[in-house]
Amino acid sequence: MQNLILGAAAGGGLNTGDILYQLAAFLILLVLLRKFAWGPLMGIMKERQSHINSEIDAAEKSRQEAKSYLESQVAELKKAKEEAKSIIDNAKKQGEAQGEAIIKASRDEAERVKEAALAEIASEKEKAVATLRQEVAALSVKIASKVIAKELDESSQEKLINEYLQEVGESR
Amino acid sequence: MEHGAVTADFLGLTFNLSNVLMITVSSVIVFLIAVLATRTLSMRPGGMQNFLEWVVDFVKGIINSTMDWHTGGRFLALGLTLIMYIFVANMLGLPFAVVVDHNLWWKSPTADPTITLTLAVMVVALSHYYGVRMKGVKEYGAEFFKPMKFLFPLKIIEEFANTLTLGLRLYGNIFAGEMLLGLLVGLTKMGIFAGALGIFPLIVWQGFSVFVGAIQAFIFTMLTMVYLAHKVSHDH
Repeated sequence: MQNLILGAAAGGGLNTGDILYQLAAFLILLVLLRKFAWGPLMGIMKERQSHINSEIDAAEKSRQEAKSYLESQVAELKKAKEEAKSIIDNAKKQGEAQGEAIIKASRDEAERVKEAALAEIASEKEKAVATLRQEVAALSVKIASKVIAKELDESSQEKLINEYLQEVGESR
Repeated sequence: MEHGAVTADFLGLTFNLSNVLMITVSSVIVFLIAVLATRTLSMRPGGMQNFLEWVVDFVKGIINSTMDWHTGGRFLALGLTLIMYIFVANMLGLPFAVVVDHNLWWKSPTADPTITLTLAVMVVALSHYYGVRMKGVKEYGAEFFKPMKFLFPLKIIEEFANTLTLGLRLYGNIFAGEMLLGLLVGLTKMGIFAGALGIFPLIVWQGFSVFVGAIQAFIFTMLTMVYLAHKVSHDH
C-alpha cells in the first residue's frame, strides 16, 4: 500500500524535480498569460468600460442639449403666438376704424342728399311764389280795370288797393 | 489498481515523467485557450472572448468578496491563472487514463499530492511575501500576536495547516475521483453483465467529477484569495 503514503504515490521518494517543474511551469504560465492574454483582455475590458462611460456622458449631454433646445422652441412658439395675437388685434382695430369711417362717410352723404333735397324744395317754393306773383299782377290789372270802371275817390281807391293787397298777402 | 510511475534523475532531482508530461499538457492547454480566446479582441465580445470575460468577472467577484479591489486588483492575473490551470488539470484525468506497462502516464496532475502541495506552498509563500511587502515587517509580524499574545503558537500551526489543507483537499478530491473512475472502468472490463451494471455509475461519476473538478478549482482560488486577504488587509 505504498500509494497511501503521502507524497509516495509516484513510487517512493520525494519528487523534488516535480516540485520545481510545477513551480516553474506555473510561474512561466502566469507570466506568459499576463503578457499575452490577461493584459490585452483587461485592456479591452477597461476600454469598453471607458467607452460606455463616455457614451453615457455623451447621451446625458445630448439630453441636456435637447432639453434646452425644447425650451427655446417653446419660448419661440409662445412669442409667435403673441405676435399672431397682436396682428389679429391690430387687424380688428383697423377694421373697426374702417367701419367707423364708412359709416361716417355714409352719414355725410345722407346729410348732403338731405341738404340737396331741402335746396330743391326751396327753389320749388321760390318758383311757386314767382308764379303767384305773376298771377297777382294779372289780378291787379283786373282790379285796376274794375277800379277804373268804377268812379273812385282817392281815399277809397287807396283803401281798396290795400284791401286787395292784404287779400293777396293772405292767400300767399 | 496500483500503478507505478517512470522516474528520471536529473541534476540530482527526481522527476516523475508522467507529472512532467501532464503539467506541460495542462499549461499548454490553458495557454492555448487563453491566447486563442484573446487573439481577436473586440469591443463587442463574442464567443471565446465572452467566455473569458465571464471568467475574469467571476475571479473579480471572488477577489471582491475577500478584499477591496484596491488591494486585490493585483491578484487578478494570479487568480485567473490558478482557476484555469487547476480546472484544466482536474479535467484532464476524466475522459481517460493511459497506462503503459503498469505505469500511469495520462492522469490529472492534480491527482498527485506533490503537485497540489507545491501550488499550496506557493500560494501561502506568496501571501507572506505580499504581507511583508504591503504592510511592512513590523505590522506583518504583529499580525501573529493578534488578538492575544498566547495565540502565537496557534497562528504558526495555522499557517502549516492552511498549506496542508489547501493542497490535500485538491489532491484528495481529484485522486479519489480518478481512483473510483479506475475501479468502475475495471468493473466494466469484467464481463458483459458487470459492464452493463458498471457503465451507469461510471457516467454518473464522470459527470460528478466534472462538477467536483470545477468546484475544487473554485475553492482553491477562493482560499488563495482568503489567505492573501488575511495577510494584506489592514482590518484584521
